[in-house]
Amino acid sequence: MRSNPTRRTTLVAAASLALPFSSAWAQKKYGPGASDTEIKLGQTMPYSGPASAYGTIGKLHQAYFRMINENGGINGRKVTLISLDDGYSPPKAVEQVRKLVEQDEVLALFQTLGTPSNSAIHKYVNAKKVPHLFLATGATKWADPKHFPWTIGFNLSYQSEGQIYAKYLMKNHPKAKVAILYQNDDYGKDLLKGVEDGLGSTGAKMVVAKASYEVTDPTVDSQILTLQGSGADTFINITTPKFAAQAIRKAWDSGWKPLHLVNNVGASVGSVLTPVGLDKCVGLLTVQYYKDPNDPQWKDDPAMLEWRGFMGKYYREGDPKDASNLYAYITAQTMVHVLKACGNDLTRANVMHQATNIKNLKLPLLLPGMAMNTSPDDYFLIEQAQLARFTGVLWQGQGELISTTG
Amino acid sequence: MSRSSLGFQRAALALLLVAACVLPFVISNYRVFQFTLVLVYAIALLGLNMLTGYNGQISLGHGAFYAIGAYAAAILMDRFGVPYWATLPVAGALCLVAGFLFGLPALRFEGLYLSLATFALGVALPQILKYKGIEHWTGGAQGIVINKPDPPPWLPVSQDQWLYFVTLAVTLLMFWLGWNLLRGRIGRAMVAIRDQPIAAQAMGVNTSMVKAMTFGVSAMYTGVAGALGAIAIQFVAPDSFTIFLSIGLVVGIVVGGLASISGALWGALFIQFIPNVADQISKAAPWAIYGLFLIVFMYVMPTGVAGFIRIAVARWRRGRSQAHPSKETPQ
Repeated sequence: MRSNPTRRTTLVAAASLALPFSSAWAQKKYGPGASDTEIKLGQTMPYSGPASAYGTIGKLHQAYFRMINENGGINGRKVTLISLDDGYSPPKAVEQVRKLVEQDEVLALFQTLGTPSNSAIHKYVNAKKVPHLFLATGATKWADPKHFPWTIGFNLSYQSEGQIYAKYLMKNHPKAKVAILYQNDDYGKDLLKGVEDGLGSTGAKMVVAKASYEVTDPTVDSQILTLQGSGADTFINITTPKFAAQAIRKAWDSGWKPLHLVNNVGASVGSVLTPVGLDKCVGLLTVQYYKDPNDPQWKDDPAMLEWRGFMGKYYREGDPKDASNLYAYITAQTMVHVLKACGNDLTRANVMHQATNIKNLKLPLLLPGMAMNTSPDDYFLIEQAQLARFTGVLWQGQGELISTTG
Repeated sequence: MSRSSLGFQRAALALLLVAACVLPFVISNYRVFQFTLVLVYAIALLGLNMLTGYNGQISLGHGAFYAIGAYAAAILMDRFGVPYWATLPVAGALCLVAGFLFGLPALRFEGLYLSLATFALGVALPQILKYKGIEHWTGGAQGIVINKPDPPPWLPVSQDQWLYFVTLAVTLLMFWLGWNLLRGRIGRAMVAIRDQPIAAQAMGVNTSMVKAMTFGVSAMYTGVAGALGAIAIQFVAPDSFTIFLSIGLVVGIVVGGLASISGALWGALFIQFIPNVADQISKAAPWAIYGLFLIVFMYVMPTGVAGFIRIAVARWRRGRSQAHPSKETPQ
């Protein structure tokens, strides 16, 4: 058909395509890293160094795009993901991202991992106007379209998480007396701000005590005792794994039995709850926004079966119990969605345009009813989550979705 | 050393210099940036080599001085608007004092005990940098973003090329100073303390003073390198200066060649490029590949790259002087 276009087919094609996608489909436009046959993406990952456990995310992405390419690619183009090791070191991330942008000339960066590494490249990629998409970090500062229009995060942000705890308490325990423990750094303050914003002026009086600790502190025992002494019956625990374990254990040992909300960072069954003793963690609450591969309620879920099939066929060496592999799958699907939406206009500007105009994207591995949305002045991709309760074995979702908006 | 060998060295040096000046015009800006980092590491390695190679004291914490230099530059530029070039002497002076003061008590330790004391410094510093009390300066865990210096308007070079030449000039100055220091009286005293501390003392060398000064000068070199590195990377954060940086520097001097000035350059090439090569070979275990490289290097070149070249050149000359007997003497 393309070899011998008649005036009529051309007109029909133009008319039908002009409707939904305007001029995007009418002619092919390519920015750096895109051509008739290929779309080049880049990322940095901590394959070595202190955070190398997250390296599985990059490996899953590679496997995912291999599957996409075997099935014909995206609009006929193969996706090449150049994934480089930064060892979780900011200077190395700068070097590697410069390689991706200046030498490999990728169309966009995808899922660069870690707050320190992304902070180091934040200014550079925005000066170079390279789409810096779906960062694998929860810091709230990635949603700042005014100052950094080329950067957009993926994770439920720390502030959103805090707001969700606040909303849950306002709705279900309006008379709660809340004590908060937080880590005194960007992450801890980010999450605390979310809680305080969520409570607002009406809920502010619910907070009866706040305590902070430094990452360098040996324990948080004294903080727990102070919080307990305040007479609080609800405890929001904003801590990283080591301190989360200490706080949960101390709250148990001291006989304080509050309604205990532990933030997602400190809710790992393997590295936090198991050392504490699983029986002492029954009833803890946290948030989740995608399906847990260990939760039996999703055992026969079609999306979960599809993911397991993918793991078995394309990423055998990956651990199907590791939630990072599920997370990585969702992020890759999101990226593919954006690239598909770009059609034949594969310029950096259009990639950014599509990434910031995601409307009601419901990926099947997200919790039921969840949808991702962005707009040019709202870069928060995920703004919903569900509370999950620890049963003694696993985190089980409970109640309905809570949204930070509305 | 004979006159012809000196001439040979001068010719090699001139050639290297010409190559270093032409390099940024034939490679991409990204590569220029990488070679800027090579020069930065070379300065740091020269500093560490003075301490470890020449003076025989092992430091596993030089990343801390690199960090102090980097933060000094970043804070001066970010909070006080000091021009980038003016931060270098300040960073150097700060590290000289810090190194000297740390050196005074620490040098009562010998060998492994000193390396543990310095290791403690290297481990502690990233956490100290996050301390709340100095957060308004250091930016806490967030770090500090700094602007890249622009070349003077009359010079038609890119930012990366300009920074490369600034770094090259500083490197040449530091190497020239180091060369003079190590070839002179102080250099001989440093080596004497390493080889025969008691004999050195008996000869009237003030060992503790020389050791503390060496520590200070060594820290100064590393600090200047840190400042240049921060300007090149345009960002400092506690996570940039983990203990792996310190270990990497030690690897650099051993691979490059202990007690060798040119070894600093070879070591810098190793720590800059080998991790990238390892990453290209295997995503699953880049450090295993890195370790393999390290073992192969140490097996093939037990005296480092510089030592390997020295031996190779000596052999080649011996071969020549046997063919044409002349008055050339082995050094």
